[in-house]
This record gives sequence, structure tokens and C-alpha cells, in this order.
Amino acid sequence: MLSIKNLHVSIAGKEILKGLSLEVREGEVHAIMGPNGTGKSTLASVIVGREDFHVDSGEIMYKGRDLMGLSVEERALEGIFLGFQYPVEIPGVSMTSFLRTAVNEHRKYRGLDPLTGAEFLALMEERKELIEIHSDLTNRSVNEGFSGGEKKRNEIFQMAMLQPALAILDETDSGLDIDALKVVANGVNRLRTPGNATVVITHYQRLLEYIIPDFVHVLYDGRIIKSGGKELALELEEKGYEWLKLQES
Amino acid sequence: MSREKNGFIDSFTNQEYKYGFVTDIEMETAPRGLNEDIIRFISSRKAEPDFLLDFRLKAYKKWLTMKEPRWAHLRFPEIDYQDIIYYAAPKRKPALSSLDEVDPDLLETFNKLGISLEEQKRLTGVAVDAVFDSVSVKTTFRKTLEKHGIIFCSFSDAVRDYPDLVKKYMGSVVPYGDNYFAALNSAVFSDGSFCYIPKGVRCPVELSTYFRINTAGTGQFERTLIIADEGSYVSYMEGCTAPMRDENQLHAAIVEIIALKDATVKYSTVQNWYPGDREGKGGIYNFVTKRGMCKGSNSRISWTQVETGSAITWKYPSCVLFGDNSVGEFYSVAVTNNHQQADTGSKMIHIGKNTRSTIISKGISAGFSNNSYRGLVRISKRATGSRNFSQCDSLLLGDRCGAHTFPSVNVENSSSVMEHEATTSKISDDQLFYCNQRGIDTESAIGLIVNGYAREVLKQLPMEFAVEAQKLLSISLEGSVG
Repeated sequence: MLSIKNLHVSIAGKEILKGLSLEVREGEVHAIMGPNGTGKSTLASVIVGREDFHVDSGEIMYKGRDLMGLSVEERALEGIFLGFQYPVEIPGVSMTSFLRTAVNEHRKYRGLDPLTGAEFLALMEERKELIEIHSDLTNRSVNEGFSGGEKKRNEIFQMAMLQPALAILDETDSGLDIDALKVVANGVNRLRTPGNATVVITHYQRLLEYIIPDFVHVLYDGRIIKSGGKELALELEEKGYEWLKLQES
Repeated sequence: MSREKNGFIDSFTNQEYKYGFVTDIEMETAPRGLNEDIIRFISSRKAEPDFLLDFRLKAYKKWLTMKEPRWAHLRFPEIDYQDIIYYAAPKRKPALSSLDEVDPDLLETFNKLGISLEEQKRLTGVAVDAVFDSVSVKTTFRKTLEKHGIIFCSFSDAVRDYPDLVKKYMGSVVPYGDNYFAALNSAVFSDGSFCYIPKGVRCPVELSTYFRINTAGTGQFERTLIIADEGSYVSYMEGCTAPMRDENQLHAAIVEIIALKDATVKYSTVQNWYPGDREGKGGIYNFVTKRGMCKGSNSRISWTQVETGSAITWKYPSCVLFGDNSVGEFYSVAVTNNHQQADTGSKMIHIGKNTRSTIISKGISAGFSNNSYRGLVRISKRATGSRNFSQCDSLLLGDRCGAHTFPSVNVENSSSVMEHEATTSKISDDQLFYCNQRGIDTESAIGLIVNGYAREVLKQLPMEFAVEAQKLLSISLEGSVG
């Protein structure tokens, strides 16, 4: 589904990703781990098409297409979803009208009629059930005044509404207490199908107790320096990143 | 933002102003310029009674002694008042008895604007007075309204048929010498709408006036007078458009509202005069005086405006809260893009006891435009126990536009309360990116954010207007992010 080959990315002339490669197939959950400042968020930003990042060389193929030629919204409509590390507030715009616009844009892209108000509300209820979120988040303005945990749950709820083919969760676990963490993990697990894929970017091993990854990659200094199964996360937790750094040198 | 996006923005030009066409119709016009003879010409064309000619001449003499106000945060070249045509009317006499007698070209013009004057085709629930350049062309639903005793007609008809009401109330809220543009209007006004709601009557339909400037070189000077008698209710809407021209055209209108005891008047405007092109060439100079008098106790006047058009907007719909317990409200969304300039706001003058007023102003600036809120809240010594709440928010798109707030507060007693809140915000790249990532393109995202921002005001509009206003907001800002 997602194939990244020898990717070099810089921001304002500074090279962040230095030859990163990654293969993600349908039905898989990948975890990308690594210390702060090694390029994890940059990777997420480049995949969704954030402008400030410059791809110097390498390629990102998604469902057999080169992503470079697509705008941010085209990538989104093609099924790529980013769970933001810091979701932005949009005062005055209700979650309901925001999501209804988003859902109907996705439908339009697929040649479907827009949902009516009633159909949309029914869909929201159904998806809330699915991921077991019971709250009034949808009656409020987009992320406005949300606590850290509410913001992250709201990201998962949006993911449930849009049902992306490829979800990238950027440090969705940071700043969450254990209950919120469970809600987020539960959502991801429930939304998992043989046809979609998830990339979880995280700093800690903690989230991976609840979302069991098929692959764990360690990102260090702009490259993936080690890949393995879920045991790798445990090993990292035990030995720390220093262990890998030493191996590297 | 990136060059790619600018290219996309360049593809949006002012073709978005859909109403820029001109109707080719034979007009009778007065010669350019302003003097006593022109005023007498206008008055005689309309076969006016002497009191009205006197009113005009007094206003003209006053105007000659006045200076064009320059205190607003607006920049515009000298207006040559001798280069304006003060009267233009379609040659064929507009008829009121039957639609067949209205010039078909005019009917077609209003159809193109989405205003059907054929009653059976109109949305039920809205009666229209259509004003084309200087004269009222047609008032719909007159007969239905007459059954309730409601008078809704052109100003000229009111002068002929109800001279006592006109004489009693005209100039009672906005005196002819009130300000420079009010004096000019009082001297040369040509037509407009008149409305009287009798005691205890709740007007069953929305009343609306549609103003259209057509002829080049003309100014439009209309007057609207609304009188709501005791215990009555009326909701009134006003819309307007003009052709796209390179020259600036002057529009100086007056709206006067009188609400007697227990009466309520809601006045809604969607102002979409031609704003000029992207370089700031052409467009309407909109200098308007709108004021309501809550004359009786427990009366209420509510102004709602969505201002998207005009090169220059200078208007401050106001309420004089004379009756005890009366209520004044002002809800405004003003959008400026490209080189538009708006200086708009409200005045709330509290005179009666326990009077209340609310001001909600939402300014949205984009491009190279300037958008100012200017307001005055005065609570007099007598107006004990009064309250005002003002909220002035500004939203900026891009970094070459300006938002300014000039609030003025004057509270003369100690039992009254006045609150003022103000915010300035910007649509950030992060917000747009967030929307984009959910599959919403930039233009739609701006529409969504702006409509969310203006929601508090838009929800005050009658249904018929709300949808149009929402679309207009998005269209006015198309191509504004670069």
C-alpha cells in the first residue's frame, strides 16, 4: 500500500530524513519508534503532503501512485489520514458541520451523493458506538477548549468517520492518561480491517501494550536503523535507544 | 503560501460578481450636477406637495454649508458632486395596477437578479418593492397586505396617498441636517420604500426592498420609512446590486424606523453593491444613514447586516432607545476583500429607563482591504438600570489587510452596566492544513471557518436571506488566501 524508498527530506535547508525506506502492506500495523528529533513527525508530515518539507530525493508510492504530484486534500481523499499530535482549534465551526463537510467531500470524490442531515447524524451515532466514545464532543467547536485527552479521542473519532485506507497516528499517545490511552487503542483496534493499514508513531512502548503492531521500526537520525516484530519494542523499553546507537556505530 | 496556490487564486477573478450586467433601457435623466433647479425638477417630476419641496430645499441649503466627513478610516478621492446625475427613471411609466404595464426589460432584469415580480411565481411569504435607479418599479402583494391594513408601497406613492404619515414621520429620526450625506439625500432623494404596520398587526409576510443601480453616472438616493404602530411586528429585508463599471458610483440612502409602544421591527440587509475590481477600480461608494427610534416603551428594533459589497462602506445602523424598557440590537458581518474599505458599526443611544442594547460585530478582512468597527454607546443620566453588551471581533486573512476597532462609550449614570469584548484572530495555515488533511479544499475550508465565525449573526437573518448570505460570504472571499 505504502512504499517509501530512500527518502531524503529537508526543511529550510536542513536535512531531516536521510535515506528512509518503509514498506506497509494492507492489513498491517506498523509502529515507528525513536527518540525525539529523529524525524518521526517529519515522516508523517511528508506522507500527508505538508508544504514546508522539501523532498530532495527518493520516492513515496501509495497504492501504486507517486504521492508527490498530489495535493494535501487529494491524498486525504485517496484515503490517507493523519491523527495529529497537536490538533488545531477552529472556533465557531461545530464538529458536526466540519465532519459533515469532510465526509461529503470524500463521498463526492467517490462519485456518491452527499449524506442528508439525518443520514449523517445516524452515521455519527453508529461510529460513536463502534469505537465506544460516549461524549458530546460533536456538539462543540472543532477542538475548541478540548482537554488533551479529548483532542486525541476526537482524532480517533474522525478516523472512524472517514475510515481511511492508511492511518498515520502521530504521537497520539503523548500526554494521555491510561484511560484515554485505552480509548484511543480500542478505537484503532476496532477500526482495523484486512484492507487498511495503520502506522503508529510513538515515543514510548506503552501504547503498544494495547495496539499490537506487526512490525516495529526504530527511526534514528533520519533513517530506520532496525526493524523487527513486536518484541523489538519490549527490548527497546528495557535497553533504551542507547543500545541501538551503540550497535549503529 | 506556495506559488501553486497563487496560480489557483489567479484563476478566480471578479467574474464572481454575478450581477454586473447592464440593462439597456430608455431612461429619462436629469442633467448632471446639483442646484435648486435640479431639486425643483425632481420634485415636479414626482408632482410633490409643497411641504416636500420645502423639505428638499431646506436640506439643500443646509448641505451647502456642510463639509464631507473625513473622520472615518477610509481613503477616497474627492467626489465631484456636480458630475453626478441625480435623477434617472425608465421612460415608460411604471404601473402599479398590472404587471403587463411594467416594461418587459425591467421584469427581465429583476428575473436575472433572482427577484421575480410575478406574484404567483414568488416564494410565498415575501413581498417585494423593486427600485430601479431612481424609481420604484413594482410592489408585489400590495392587495394581500392591504387586507391587514398594512401599507407597503414606494415612497412616491406614500407621498401621494398618505401625505400625513409621511409629513409626520419623515425626518423625525434622521433630520435633514443630521450629516452631510443625509442632507444630500434629503435634498435629492428620488424614491424608496414606505411601510406602515397598524396597531396590533403582526405582518404575515417578510417585506423586502430590492435596490438596483443601472444607469452610468447616476447616484442612487433612496429613502425608506418604516412605522410600526403599537403592538405590531414586521420583518423587513433589503438587498442591492449594481453593474460592474470602472467609475465609482455614489449611493447615499436613508432608512428611518419608528417603533411605537410594544412594537418590534427587524431590519435585515444583505449588501452586495459592486465592490470594484481586484485592483480597486470602480465600485460603489456606499454612504448610508440608518437609524431607528424605539419611541414607545417595550419597543424593539433589531438591525442585522451582511456587508460584502461596495468599494467604500460608511454606515452605522443605530437605535435611539427612547421608550422605557426598549431594546436595540445590531448584528453585523462585514467582509472586505481586495481593495475594499469598510467603516461600519452602530450607535446605541439609551434615553429611557431599563433600556437594553446588544452589538455583535464581526469583521472579516482579506486582500489589501481595510475593515473598521466604529461604535458609540451612550447611556444618558435618565437611562437608569440600562445595559449594553458589545462584542467586536476581527478576522484577518493574509497579512496585507487591516482590522481596526474604534469603540466609544459614554455612561452617565451609576446603575447601568456596559460590557465590551473584542478579539482579533487570523485564519492560520495550521487550520487550513487540518481541513485539507480531512479532504476539505482551501476555498471550502475558508467558507466553513468564516461561516462558523459569523454564525452568531447569520442566525439572526430570516431563512430566505440566510442561505444567500452564507453563499455570498464564501464567494466574496474566494481567492483571498495567498
